[in-house]
Formats: sequence, C-alpha cells, structure tokens
Amino acid sequence: MTKILLMGNPNVGKSAVFSRLTGVKALVSNYPGTTVSYTRGQMKLGEETAEVIDVPGTYTLEPTSQAEEIALEMLEGGDIVVNVVNATNLERNLYLTLQLLEKGIPIVVALNIWDDTKHLGIDIDIDKLRQRLGVPVIPTVAVTGQGIKELVEAIPHAVSPQLTPTSSSKRWAKVGKIVEEVQRIRHRHHTWRERLADASVRPITGGIIAALVLAAALVLVRFISEGLINYALDPLFNNLWAPVLMKLSPLMGGEGFLHNIVIGQLVGGEIDFVQSFGLLTSGLYVPFAMVLPYIISFYFVLGLMEDTGYLPRLAVLMDNVMHRLGLHGYAIIPTLLGLGCNVPAVLSTRILESKRERFITATLISIAVPCAALQAMIIGLVGEQGIQYVIMVYGTLFIVWIILGFILNRTVRGFSPELLIEIPPYRLPPWRTLFQKLWMRTYGFLVEAIPIILGAVAAINILYYFGVFDAVANFMAPVVTGLLGLPKEAVSAIAIGFLRKDVALGMLAPLGLSAGQLVVGSVVLAMFFPCIATFVVFLRELGVLNMLKAAGIMLASALIVGGILNLIL
Amino acid sequence: MEKELTTLVQMEKGQSGTVLQLKGGRGLVNRLNALGIIPGKKITKVSAMLMRGPVTVEVDRAQIAIGFGMAKKIFVRPD
Repeated sequence: MTKILLMGNPNVGKSAVFSRLTGVKALVSNYPGTTVSYTRGQMKLGEETAEVIDVPGTYTLEPTSQAEEIALEMLEGGDIVVNVVNATNLERNLYLTLQLLEKGIPIVVALNIWDDTKHLGIDIDIDKLRQRLGVPVIPTVAVTGQGIKELVEAIPHAVSPQLTPTSSSKRWAKVGKIVEEVQRIRHRHHTWRERLADASVRPITGGIIAALVLAAALVLVRFISEGLINYALDPLFNNLWAPVLMKLSPLMGGEGFLHNIVIGQLVGGEIDFVQSFGLLTSGLYVPFAMVLPYIISFYFVLGLMEDTGYLPRLAVLMDNVMHRLGLHGYAIIPTLLGLGCNVPAVLSTRILESKRERFITATLISIAVPCAALQAMIIGLVGEQGIQYVIMVYGTLFIVWIILGFILNRTVRGFSPELLIEIPPYRLPPWRTLFQKLWMRTYGFLVEAIPIILGAVAAINILYYFGVFDAVANFMAPVVTGLLGLPKEAVSAIAIGFLRKDVALGMLAPLGLSAGQLVVGSVVLAMFFPCIATFVVFLRELGVLNMLKAAGIMLASALIVGGILNLIL
Repeated sequence: MEKELTTLVQMEKGQSGTVLQLKGGRGLVNRLNALGIIPGKKITKVSAMLMRGPVTVEVDRAQIAIGFGMAKKIFVRPD
C-alpha cells in the first residue's frame, strides 16, 4: 500500500489536513507540538487505498526534540510526502521543503492557512512557486476544507526533483531567493488581535491577561459542569433511574452476593448513588453523573485555550517560575493537559527537549496534578464538607508541585535547556474542530474509563464479599491508621487507586470520614501512585529505571505529605 | 552612521534591527536557524519578561519566544 506522509513545520495544520484527507479525526490545536506521536488513516487514491500518516511537526530534518526524531524515522518508510506549508510564513517553512526535495521522495506542497495571507497582506505567486520548486503546489484551508479536493487530485502527480544536498547556509540563501521572487508583502496596520497578542507576552499586561484567562477558565469549567449535573444528570438519575432500581432491589432479594454486586448496599432502605457502590448504582453514577460533566467542561475550556493560541503565551509568562522547578515554560502545556488526564499529559512531555525535563515534568504530573476524574470526585465529595477543604486539597497539591519541582531541580543531574518556541497568532477557534476534539476526548473517556470503572466496582464487591480486603487492610493498617489517621478500610481504596482514582475516592464515601480525613485521603490518593494507564505510559516513555525512581518519590512524598496533613488537621 | 552592536537582551522593546551573529554552539545555532533566526534577517523585539525572563521577537511575521540566556547570544545591529 502506498504510504503518504504529512510533513511540515509544527502548527501548520497537518492534523487538520489529515482529518480532511482520511476522515479520521485527529487532535487539532493552535500551538506547536499538538501531535507528538503519529496517527494513521486511509484515503482513496484513484482505485487504490493509500495509507496516510500524520507525522509530528519538524522545523528541519536535523532533529532537535524527540517528536522531531520520530518524524525523521517515519520519512524512511514513506512513498509520497504531502509537505504542509504555512502560507503566512514561507521563509521558514520552505527550508524544510528544500530539505525534503533533496531526499528523492515524491512531494506535493499544500500551501495551508491560505485564507490568512489575504488579510495579512501577503501575495504569493503560486505558479512561480510551483515552477521554482518543481513540484505541485496547492493552496489549502484545511479547517474549512478549501483546496482539499485539488490536493487529493495532485497527490498522484507528486514528483521528486532530487536536488543535490547542500549546506544549511546555502539552503537558507536559496529560500531567501525563492521567497523574494514569489512573495509580495503589502504594508498594513496592526490589528486588534496582534495588539492583544503583543500585550499577552508583556510582563504587566500579560500577567493581567493570564489571571483573567485562568479565572474565566475556572468559572466556565464550574459553570458548565454544575449545569450538567444539576439540570441534566442528577434529575435523570434521581427521578428516572432510582425508581427502576428500587423495583429491581427486592426482586434480587434486597441483599446477598448478587445484590451487592449489582445494586450494592442500601443506605437507610434507599439507594444512595455515591455510597451504595453497586454496578448499576455508583458504577454508573460515578462515571456519568460525577466525572463525565467535568470531562466535558474541562476539555471544552482547554480546547478554547488550545485553539485560540493562548497556551504558548502562558508558557512565556510562566517560564521564570518554571525554571525554578528545573523546567522551562513550555512544560506548562503537559501540566495543563494533566488536569484532564495524566496519560496524554505524560505522552505530550515529548515536546520537551531533554530527558531530564521530561522526567521532572512527568513525575510532577503523576504526583501533584490530579486528573479531571479525580478532581470531579474531590469537588463532589470533599466539596460537601465545605469549599475550604477543596481549597486545602488543591493548595496542598500545588505546594507539593512547587517544592518537589524545586527539589528535583536540585537533585536530578543535567541541566534544563532554555525556552525557544514559536508563538502562533491568535485565532478564533474553528468551532468544528473544537467540538470534534471535545467529542474525541469525551469518547476516549467513555470507552477507556467506563469498562475499567465497572470492572473495578465489580472486583471491589467480590473482594469485599470474600474478605480479601480485610486481610490486606489489617496488614497495612499500621501505616494507614497510624501515619495517615485514616480507618483501615481506606487501605482498599488506596489499592483500588491503582485502577481508577475516581472509584477509589468514591470508596471513601461510605466510610463516614471527617472533613480532615477526606482531605488526607484525597491528597494521598492523588499523590501515592499513578493509575495503571498513566503507569504504563510513563514506563514506556521514560523507561523502567525512571519509573522506579518516580515510584519511590511518589510513595515517599505521599506518606510524608499525608502524615503532615494528618498532624495539622 | 554605523550603530553599535547589541544583543537581543539589550535592545529596546519595539526596536528593530538586523541579526548579525549567533554566538553559540552548533546545537543552539541549528535550533535558532530552524526558527528563521539567521544572520542577515530583520528582527524586532516585541517584549521581554521581567527578571531574566524570555524575550519575544518577531522574525518574518512570526513571533518567537527565546530564553534569556539564548537571547544574550544573539547579536543585532539596530536600525
């Protein structure tokens, strides 16, 4: 099968072109480094089916980060390259094009973001560019689909002019000459968007904008998720689902092994969706009515920040602070992703240059950055005791993030490179890709998390029934009760935390803990170990040795912080 | 009149100039080149964060944020 590679600089819209060509949905954002691994899809090429691969962005074929190394490896196995070029920045993009033209692989150039050239006052003579490069050049606007048909038609006409390899300075000189010939720039005034862009990276205005953006993000996340819970999901469960289950409960005998698994324990003769802990009660309520609303609202707001292009600006603002933690500003992006789910967050540390940075970022994420599912449970359960306790949990985790980062920066060998990133222009989010992305992430949660949640709930009930948890609990009791001040039943919750942290925190609900104990429990659950999915990705991305190191840090810091909290509260 | 050579760090906010030299190892030069920061290019300083924070510049209509230490190694002749 013909292998078509989509290659180009970061943030030129390769993933958007990919989605258009294959119909396979790919995450599209407005910051360099959205795609850190590759996505495959298929498209019709005449009669044949061809494989299309969305390759991570790269500025040159001399790789400077792991994502770029992947791009280079992929090039070896490709048959045709669709080189996606940012039409608003030919100078820089054509350098990679020339490098590709030296490789002897057939190429088509997609001149993407074509719509922006008009209002930026850039005129490009496409015929002349085609002639100078010797390959087909097709103007496209991938987010709207403009030019994609022409691009598909041009792919069979891809050719390789096989330029002789040359030095980098000669290549740059050649790029300069081509651009001079094909591009005219008209003078124009700064737009409000550009003014806002400049203000976002100035110390004072930037700080104010960051505070406003983050505050607005927080309010919006809360507003959407509370709205979904209070007006849609809670009424659905309480008014429609609960009566069905109340009919079912006596049919199943009201108690016993099967009843325990399916419905769980009745609380005061009634179903309690948080405490009953059966498959059809908490097993459905926790993922759908507690966690899902936060997944939807968090990823909607994150999508807005990604697509407008705000995140790299936040990276610039945070750079100073992050350097104290041994990181540079761009590490804020994996960290923010971690607030949604730690798995893609650890994966996205690939955008960082050094192993050391990746280790520090990933370790800090798995310890101190609670995922949306866990956060939803913290807000739901701890929030009942009062908002101050929720703030305590977040405050503790934030302090841990800072202190641990500071310590890791001092102790992990090596140095952290400096920030060097392209800041994309502000764009209005393309709603189609925004909602498509939201759906992909929500769907990902539904298919990956819900089976594990249901499995965990079933396993918990079975293990409880046969008294396995009691044995484990007695064994671990000295640590959990002595050091953390939690009842020994909490041991099973901590053990389940390895599977799903949201379910684990849910297990603390029926134990009747005090507010302080809930704070300790939440913090320990967040810190002590990553869930299995994160564990696997961490292991794969950073290796066994790093994972062992990180695990040691996790256990130690969870016990220390939990112990201290227990003493204070 | 020939103006004095300066670095990105010392340039004034909003000032433009021409990149003259990148004083760094091969790795640094490659990474800067990849982003279009090459001797001879027009460059404008957009802003700088406080306390040795990153410098934001504009080259070929694209904005690039450069860490303080790197920015110190980029020599510019102001217009």
